[in-house]
Amino acid sequence: MSKRRLTTFLPVAIFVVLVGFLAYRLELINQGNMPNMIPSVMINRPVPTFALPSLIQGRPDVVSKELIGHVTLIDVFASWCVPCRIEHPYLADIKKAGIFLVGINYKDQPEQAKAWLTKLGNPYDEIASDYDGRVGIDFGVYGVPESYLIDKQGVIRFKQTGPLTPEDIDHTLLPLARELNK
Amino acid sequence: MKSSWIHIFILLLFLLSMFMLSGDGYAVQPSEMLGNPQLEARARNISEDLRCLVCQNQSIDDSDADLAHDLRLLVRQRLLAGDSNEQVKQYLVSRYGDYVLLNPPFKASTVVLWLGPPFFFLAALFIVSVFYRRRHQADTDPSRPLSSEEQQRLAKVLDAQESNKGNSQ
Repeated sequence: MSKRRLTTFLPVAIFVVLVGFLAYRLELINQGNMPNMIPSVMINRPVPTFALPSLIQGRPDVVSKELIGHVTLIDVFASWCVPCRIEHPYLADIKKAGIFLVGINYKDQPEQAKAWLTKLGNPYDEIASDYDGRVGIDFGVYGVPESYLIDKQGVIRFKQTGPLTPEDIDHTLLPLARELNK
Repeated sequence: MKSSWIHIFILLLFLLSMFMLSGDGYAVQPSEMLGNPQLEARARNISEDLRCLVCQNQSIDDSDADLAHDLRLLVRQRLLAGDSNEQVKQYLVSRYGDYVLLNPPFKASTVVLWLGPPFFFLAALFIVSVFYRRRHQADTDPSRPLSSEEQQRLAKVLDAQESNKGNSQ
């Protein structure tokens, strides 16, 4: 009798545990923790050294040394990137909060990037042109848009793959930037 | 005689399909390849172990994604600069993490990943062997008394035989 009870009970128990695990994982996805998101190893590491030509003619090269001394958001974008359009209007809010906003134009035709910015507006303080994507690799870029928040010492403190939403900006990015500005 | 010819024909077809399967699937463009065949062979070797971060389940050697193309070029650049195979991989791991390796390293965070499958296999083997040994013993042990269920069945059969005898007489 007890053996029969075990053979009925055990599959049910396994099923309940499985359902519990799947529900837990679904809840994490609801909270934005996607299983296909690759955890960044760049957090708490100094920003990679780079020197890239400015997208805007006549402006000096954009170099990583410029990032020391103020809190910076590096936003990797491209005119061919559809989700970049989603986050674009909210970038102005980041600049308004006093964050130095650097754009890295990733694997893009400079002419198309300029046309894109003329049409949608240019919120960036500086725009670096990463035409061959080589600097992107040093940052660990694999899907644009990507954003990196960098503290005054030039250390990466936060990274997001995918467009920044107003919630991300208000609840994560700006509070962290305020903390770093202290 | 006829059937042996068919067997050879099927074998040849099978071998041919194996060569065809192993021949395609690579995304390396001729323009990406290095002039030095030894370095190129090393580059191919390394690329097979590196994950394309866009498609995530292909190696950069197999993937047509733009980033995979960039990474293939980078691997070759590093080799030309004199890096060892391990150094090239480490270069990418320091930027993309262990995730970029299709063969995850054995460390504290991956113990379950590496030891889980052999553990479950051995556990299953153990359970199955215990189950069969018990059943085998139960079936063949002559000193085992009948269970009450078996006794009831036996009594029924014997009763039926008794009444059959009675009828035929």
